[in-house]
Amino acid sequence: MSGTLVVAEHLRGALRDVTRELVTAARELPGPVTVAVIARDPAALAPALDLAGVDEVVRVAVEPEEFEADVYQRALEALIEVRGPDAILLGFTVNGMGYGPAVAAKLGLGFASDVFALATENGAVVATRAFYGGKVHAELEFPGKERVLLLLRPTAWAPAEREGSPTFSDLEVEAGPSRARHRDFVEVTQGDVDITAADFLLAVGRGIGERENLEELERLAERMGATLAVSRPLVDAGWMPNARQVGQSGKTVKPKLYLALGISGAVQHLAGMKGAGTIVAVNTDPEAAIFGTAHFGAVADLFEVAEELEKLF
Amino acid sequence: MRIVVCVKQVAVLGDEVEFTDNERDVDPDYLESALNEWDAFAAEEALQIRERLGDGEVVVVTSGPEGAEQALRRCLAMGADRAIRVDSDAGPGDPISLARSLAGAVEGEAADLVLCGVQSSDAVQAATGTALAELLGLPRVAVVRKIDWAGTGPATVHRELEGGLVEVVEVDTPALLTIQTGINAPRYANLRAIKQAEQREIQVVPAEGGETSAKIRRMFGPPRGEGAELIEGGPAEVARRIAELVRERLQ
Ligand SMILES: Cc1cc2nc3c(=O)[nH]c(=O)nc-3n(C[C@H](O)[C@H](O)[C@H](O)COP(=O)(O)OP(=O)(O)OC[C@H]3O[C@@H](n4cnc5c(N)ncnc54)[C@H](O)[C@@H]3O)c2cc1C
Ligand SMILES: Nc1ncnc2c1ncn2[C@@H]1O[C@H](COP(=O)(O)O)[C@@H](O)[C@H]1O
Repeated sequence: MSGTLVVAEHLRGALRDVTRELVTAARELPGPVTVAVIARDPAALAPALDLAGVDEVVRVAVEPEEFEADVYQRALEALIEVRGPDAILLGFTVNGMGYGPAVAAKLGLGFASDVFALATENGAVVATRAFYGGKVHAELEFPGKERVLLLLRPTAWAPAEREGSPTFSDLEVEAGPSRARHRDFVEVTQGDVDITAADFLLAVGRGIGERENLEELERLAERMGATLAVSRPLVDAGWMPNARQVGQSGKTVKPKLYLALGISGAVQHLAGMKGAGTIVAVNTDPEAAIFGTAHFGAVADLFEVAEELEKLF
Repeated sequence: MRIVVCVKQVAVLGDEVEFTDNERDVDPDYLESALNEWDAFAAEEALQIRERLGDGEVVVVTSGPEGAEQALRRCLAMGADRAIRVDSDAGPGDPISLARSLAGAVEGEAADLVLCGVQSSDAVQAATGTALAELLGLPRVAVVRKIDWAGTGPATVHRELEGGLVEVVEVDTPALLTIQTGINAPRYANLRAIKQAEQREIQVVPAEGGETSAKIRRMFGPPRGEGAELIEGGPAEVARRIAELVRERLQ
């Protein structure tokens, strides 16, 4: 073939949003778009892949019900061998991280992860990603590589619309035994607040420094009529239950107003809050990545601002 | 029982940026360095497993120039038994080549477990561990929050998915696991241990070559105009503007 191969991502029987975003990205690259769905019952998921711009859906039946890295790796290697795509697109997700780099290392492919923009120049792919805490961007090229495997940042592309005109086919692969086997899922939410229901979130990050400082900010949130949310390090440290965590491994929130104090704006944090109506960020570092996503920003000490806010509410 | 932990001295960019003349990286004068946050959790986990099992060895490995040895010394101070530096000067853009540079040294240790961090904070590739596992022929699990392992045979681990959902995975060993923050509380080394670690010998081995998988052709500041509207003034003005926004936007 040539063209682009997208591997669909699914969990507990449902297609994940990132799949439709990958299709949109694939359409920016030359050649036909093929989406592979690797699952125990791929036919059940295939209809959801009837998306605008998809030329073909390949159903790959494998034994395990959920993602298993070895199985996905072998299935993808077989797909690459049979179809010969120029580009392979996976999500920069926990699953994608679990097998994409292995396939690239094994087959000697061009590789980049957390890519958020794509271009082609003279037929070659150029990928854009960030470095150094999101403070700088860089364009990557893949000299001498005829084939690239890219992990794309979730939410960076709009999801592809439903209803295309793909053809459907099946591919048999010898997936073999799996050395890391799915056993179970467990839900581990602690805490009883539903931060996804709040109109106004006051979110604090590692910039607060000490656990003792949380109390003052909790009080401020209450005065302002906001619900307190946090970035991940505060949950890791055991300062707050994970029900309050915003981000990729926490909650996705869309409040009317998101006031972020002392949060740097790591990609996994932004993933959970960039859909907020108005984002206001206070950070002492003028180069903090969060200022790239916030609508309003102040380069200021959060405690000094908090003290002034106390007077106004 | 032997656990190898791959650790990186990451670059931290302060509040000012200048680029090198070829525009392929940030001018090193603007970078500070620290042990990668994820790797502190990985090193701690290895030490805790060793302590739990009552025997075994923890070997820390890094790939980089001499300055990267700081990461190794920090782990030695925490309690690691030995340290190896692969002498390389790879930039931040190519995790597959980086994994290739590590593979020989890690393989030579014939470890029962290899631990990496989920990601390095400066490059955010989240790729080196998984690529390394492939090069070593090891099963692997990415983004691990809990390890249950008796020292031999399969380990039961918790893999953290999006939204905080946890998956229980049974993995054959030897295996490579990438460690997520929050799995433990990394210990601080005391001053004496830090001093002692300064004197410890670090084995230096040459890097294995290999083709590049990606090359940075241009690095630049994020495009302006994407940024936030700046609220000017001191804390009082900032607070006033925020209060205004609260009233406006919460109608
Ligand atoms: C698989 C995976 C999933 C993840 N999921 C999540 C997630 O769901 N949510 C999440 O948040 N993170 C998540 N992370 C972690 C993420 O990568 C970052 O490490 C984290 O978001 C950083 O949190 P932070 O911004 O609070 O801390 P830091 O990055 O340490 O930033 C602290 C900020 O505070 C500023 N500051 C310091 N002092 C002050 C002051 N006095 N006043 C004002 N500003 C100050 C600093 O300039 C800095 O910008 C995940 C990571 C991985 C690998
Ligand atoms: N230069 C390096 N030396 C040793 N280990 C590294 C190096 N770079 C990355 N790693 C390991 O790979 C993990 C993921 O890094 P990355 O793929 O760069 O996001 C880190 O947490 C380390 O465990």
